[in-house]
Amino acid sequence: MDLQIALLLSQDGITNGAIYALLSLALVLVFAVTRVIFIPQGEYVAFGALTLASFQAGKTPGTLWLLIGAGVITAIVDLVAAARAGKMKRLPQILGWNIVYPAVLAAIVLLLKPTGLPLLAQVVLSLALVVPLGPMMYRLAFQPLAEASSLVLLIVAVAVHFALVGLGLFFFGAEGSRTPAFSDASFDLGMVTVNGQTLWVVGASIALIAVLYQFFERTIYGKALRATAINRTGARLMGISTVMAGKLSFLLAALIGALSGILIAPITTIYYDTGFLIGLKGFVGAIVGGLASYPIAAAGAVLVGLLEAFSSFWASAFKEVIVFTLIIPVLLWRSLTTHHVEEDE
Amino acid sequence: MSPRILLAAFVLLLGVAPQIVPEFYITLLNYIGLYAIVALGLVLLTGVAGLTSFGQAAFVGLGAYTTAWLTTAHGVSPWLALPAGLVLTGAVALILGFMTLRLSGHYLPLGTIAWGISLYYLFGNLEFLGGHTGMTGIPALGIFGIDLKEGRYFYYLIWAVVLGAVWLTQNLLDSREGRAIRALKGGTVMAEAMGVDTARSKVVAFLVAALFACVSGWLYAHLQRFVNPTPFGLHIGIEYLFMAVVGGAAHVWGAVVGAGLITVLKQWLQDLLPKLFGASGNFEIIVFGVMMIIVLQRARDGLWPILTRFVPQRGGKREAPQAEAMPKRSMPQSGEVILEAKNVVKRFGGLVANNNMNLTVKAGEVMALIGPNGAGKSTMFNCVSGVNSPTEGEVLFLGKSVAGLNSRQIARQGMSRTFQHVRLLSTMTVLENVAIGAHMRGDKGVLPAMLHLERAEEQRLLAEAARQIERVGLKEHMFEQAGSLALGQQRILEIARALAADPCLLLLDEPAAGLRYLEKQALADLLRRLRGEGMGILLVEHDMDFVMGLADRVVVMEFGEKIAEGLPEEVQRDPAVLEAYLGGVE
Amino acid sequence: MQVKKIAVAVIGAVAAFAAQADINVGVTLSATGPAASLGIPEKNTIALLPTSIGGQKVHYIVLDDASDTTTAVKNVRKLISEDKVDIIIGSTITPNSLAMVDVVSEGETPNISLAASAKIIDPANPKTKWVFKTPQNDGLMAAAIADHMTAAGVKTVGFIGFNDAYGEGWYQVFVQAAEKKGIKIAASERYNRADTSVTGQVLKLMSVKPDAVLVAGSGTPAALPQATLKEKGYTGKYYQTHGVANNDFLRVGGKNVEGTFLPAGPMLVASQLPDSNPVKKSANEYIAKYEAAHGKGSVATFGGHAWDAGLLLQAAVPVALKKAQPGSKEFRAALRDALEATKNVAGAHGIFNMSAGDHLGFDNRARVMVQVENGAWKLAK
Repeated sequence: MDLQIALLLSQDGITNGAIYALLSLALVLVFAVTRVIFIPQGEYVAFGALTLASFQAGKTPGTLWLLIGAGVITAIVDLVAAARAGKMKRLPQILGWNIVYPAVLAAIVLLLKPTGLPLLAQVVLSLALVVPLGPMMYRLAFQPLAEASSLVLLIVAVAVHFALVGLGLFFFGAEGSRTPAFSDASFDLGMVTVNGQTLWVVGASIALIAVLYQFFERTIYGKALRATAINRTGARLMGISTVMAGKLSFLLAALIGALSGILIAPITTIYYDTGFLIGLKGFVGAIVGGLASYPIAAAGAVLVGLLEAFSSFWASAFKEVIVFTLIIPVLLWRSLTTHHVEEDE
Repeated sequence: MSPRILLAAFVLLLGVAPQIVPEFYITLLNYIGLYAIVALGLVLLTGVAGLTSFGQAAFVGLGAYTTAWLTTAHGVSPWLALPAGLVLTGAVALILGFMTLRLSGHYLPLGTIAWGISLYYLFGNLEFLGGHTGMTGIPALGIFGIDLKEGRYFYYLIWAVVLGAVWLTQNLLDSREGRAIRALKGGTVMAEAMGVDTARSKVVAFLVAALFACVSGWLYAHLQRFVNPTPFGLHIGIEYLFMAVVGGAAHVWGAVVGAGLITVLKQWLQDLLPKLFGASGNFEIIVFGVMMIIVLQRARDGLWPILTRFVPQRGGKREAPQAEAMPKRSMPQSGEVILEAKNVVKRFGGLVANNNMNLTVKAGEVMALIGPNGAGKSTMFNCVSGVNSPTEGEVLFLGKSVAGLNSRQIARQGMSRTFQHVRLLSTMTVLENVAIGAHMRGDKGVLPAMLHLERAEEQRLLAEAARQIERVGLKEHMFEQAGSLALGQQRILEIARALAADPCLLLLDEPAAGLRYLEKQALADLLRRLRGEGMGILLVEHDMDFVMGLADRVVVMEFGEKIAEGLPEEVQRDPAVLEAYLGGVE
Repeated sequence: MQVKKIAVAVIGAVAAFAAQADINVGVTLSATGPAASLGIPEKNTIALLPTSIGGQKVHYIVLDDASDTTTAVKNVRKLISEDKVDIIIGSTITPNSLAMVDVVSEGETPNISLAASAKIIDPANPKTKWVFKTPQNDGLMAAAIADHMTAAGVKTVGFIGFNDAYGEGWYQVFVQAAEKKGIKIAASERYNRADTSVTGQVLKLMSVKPDAVLVAGSGTPAALPQATLKEKGYTGKYYQTHGVANNDFLRVGGKNVEGTFLPAGPMLVASQLPDSNPVKKSANEYIAKYEAAHGKGSVATFGGHAWDAGLLLQAAVPVALKKAQPGSKEFRAALRDALEATKNVAGAHGIFNMSAGDHLGFDNRARVMVQVENGAWKLAK
């Protein structure tokens, strides 16, 4: 291996690592706030990318129907709950988010024929379709189980993953899609050429991490999420709704997932079931970060990306064996160095 | 109908099933049996011990591949390949367990994912194991000259193994070793303080689960007579966990229910959905996922607890177990110093939690450690009991330094404790909880426990626990779940558990908190009686009235330091103490 | 007593009549899971097969095996014991088909596999006696590639394939084919279907500077290595396997796959075949039917294997019907014999001429070399 190859592999590892890092942030966020290990994270990656690809192919993405369906069910569930609690004044809000919003989007998608729109508009429209699925999923699958053990939450997350992968196959078929690059530019840096999309991926990841940081530090919602992550009961006593916090964390996770998918769709091929493995590697990063620290999770994710790039060069058939075997000592080290205090309650 | 009759009926039904049900149902039952064996291991590992594993499918693969390779490439009899597979799986499980069981929290499930995936790709890339394509020509099993080629005969073998595994697991759980495994879920601090080697108990649960998976894999290979890597991948590993949780991960029969439900449900969806939606889509997985979400929302502890609601619980009055008493340790002479803390300093980073603390406890006295909130009493308590080790100074127990000893070893020497925040296993009975305290008084291992060859010792342990329960006055609650007791009773229960260890020094962390007046009096009586028997008691307490009426000597702490020591009435008049408690007297 | 006897007789007669009336065809395909891109067109094709052969009604019972061997075997056991099928079509992939061999031979039920590896039917023995297949053996395709490489002056090849049974099977047959022609395999790499990056593998391939690269993958995932090779500036020749022969591959591959060579069943370029080619008519008929149901450009060659299985049935069932009634052991045996005696049946992929030693029966007419030109499949000379 010469220096040039090493540089190219590093570039590849960092690009993939950046995506894993984004996903690991979402996983850490969701886990800290709701204790759900968010296995379906990867499905948002696939849904985001494939929705955009459908627009470009001039097809109506199946996620539109999913949004409408999920919206109707969420509205029914919420209405029943509101009626039982005698809080019918929430009616406009419930109908607005779950019925009117999807209907407006459906009108835009079906009437406007997004194929001709500029890429940015298509991206926004894809996000508008996929991201609301996050809070709806929280409402339908996880909110009724908010107090269950994390094992049960994990298993429910797996069940949601099964259902979404099935829906993905139904909506988008078994074959994959690629989308055009955001930028065709490429930069010659001596031995390596860096293409525009790679810079987009890394840049967008860093930007998003910075925005999230600001969100958690500066905004009232960000602080509410942090408070919930640190102490659920305490946050509730301070008047922070855990339901709101849960939905918000799922919204952010869906946004991060869909955006990641849209970012990598031009440099790889995305399939209906791509998400699981990407999500799993993000999960590895998140765990290396102890499901608590954002910067370490991101570093862990980049580490996974690099490990993967180099092992696929050295022994591609054993890539997974190498990556996942090497993860174990890292885990061991992390486990022993993180001060683990047994809960006193 | 009692559970025993139901079980007999179930076994009978299993016995006649192949004669009456259509061929395909036998096939399904065979698969259910195979899955149930693996899920049973997960009940032990995940449901009972609280260690989540996604990697069981890889152990199934080890069992299947070992027999596939030995029987096809070397012509070894399948009956010899089984022990070979068990040895190999056991060795791999020990290595993996050594690495991953040290992982705490969520590192563990990820660790299992990691080696699950590694083993999967290893199976797929080893040419002598047939690679990804797989190995054909695995012979059918034969037993006593009967060829088990037909599913109808194989069925009996599979279900004999299932029932055997259920029996072994139930025996294990209902034993001293099993209680140690069950105690893991309540946290390792309590179990270690009761003398349980929690690292060993984790390995035991892990090993048993892996060996069950291996047996299932061996059966699978000879039923399928073909192996390739796909049935041993991560997705299947997740599915096994699914079965255990849906069936009821905390219950042995939950594994069988879960395996049955998931297998039948999938089959049923495969038959039904094309009739509803036509054959164009593949809706099975979607509907399956949605149904599982609904099931778990309605029954988060799985289906087994719901099923058992329809069965009357074992009626009648249960008798307290009786047996010859266990040998007791020889108690120190009354008045002899048994615990001595010398100049103990404990720092957490820059924070000094204990500074230059000295105290002694003698046999046959009640020594009280009091002080306002945050005075460092609990830190001192943890230094004494070996949960934390002091930064400076030393702690002598029975004249020997406890430096370097963990809480398990200290417990073995005769120091036993209770916890400020009650640490009980709320779903276990009072009797079983107390029996955990007697853990280190028995020595029978896992194998005798699984085969129920340790019943004599077990009876003595339970009888000992029962005696301690009577002693503290909880006799009528002996067979109730610990979680159903009032908080005050739970504190008393912790004392009984500590007493079951046969200690000479009892460390009690705020035992009177949450007790009503009469209960407090009963507790004080109990402690006086113990004192009379020569027990040394170190008491950390808030309740002044309780302490002053009971203690022989009092040490008062503030800001990590001792500010007073003496007889209760002396301490009560001490100006420094008054200042600490009342904020000044001028 | 008398009533009961009559009832039993009536029920028996009805049952017998029902069994007599219909031919049951069991189908197990990988319509979900990793092999779904192959299984779905096959499943769609089953719906186009005739519902009556030789005056007998034909029922198709279609099950999904999720690309999993355990499920495939379970499906087969169900089809045999529950549905009492006369023949089983499937499965889509080699491991599943291999796992089914034991079960179908014990159930004495003929099986037409839709998977590629020759291992499924070879060597002929009492077990494989019951198993037939319609896709070209991958050995046949590998030989075509090796021939073409020799003609094009390729001396060294870099191989990159799926890290699964498909890539593994192709590597094994290609090693043999290349050896015969004196072609050197300079590097052999693996990747996963859903990998987001193959940069490492591609750099390794390029470091040995091969004259050509052979990608052994199926469907759209086979486009990624080529895209990466192009991006990194590889200038040699590209070869793919017949696993990519659908329009989605062209869609995703775009200009990156321009100029690629691959061996394929003639159906891929049916309209470019000379009219004298007997495959042309059969292939066009299938394409027309499929595209009428699923839209223009939707057809994939994988579905053609299912179509060919249907053609084999249409040829064999009338023969077997003369010997026995459907639903009986004798009918299944007769059907097997008839399948083995298949002669000159023109399918969408080639001409079937079966024998006891050859349960596929294809010759070189079952494969053509195709090149991607202007985003379309073009018959290469």
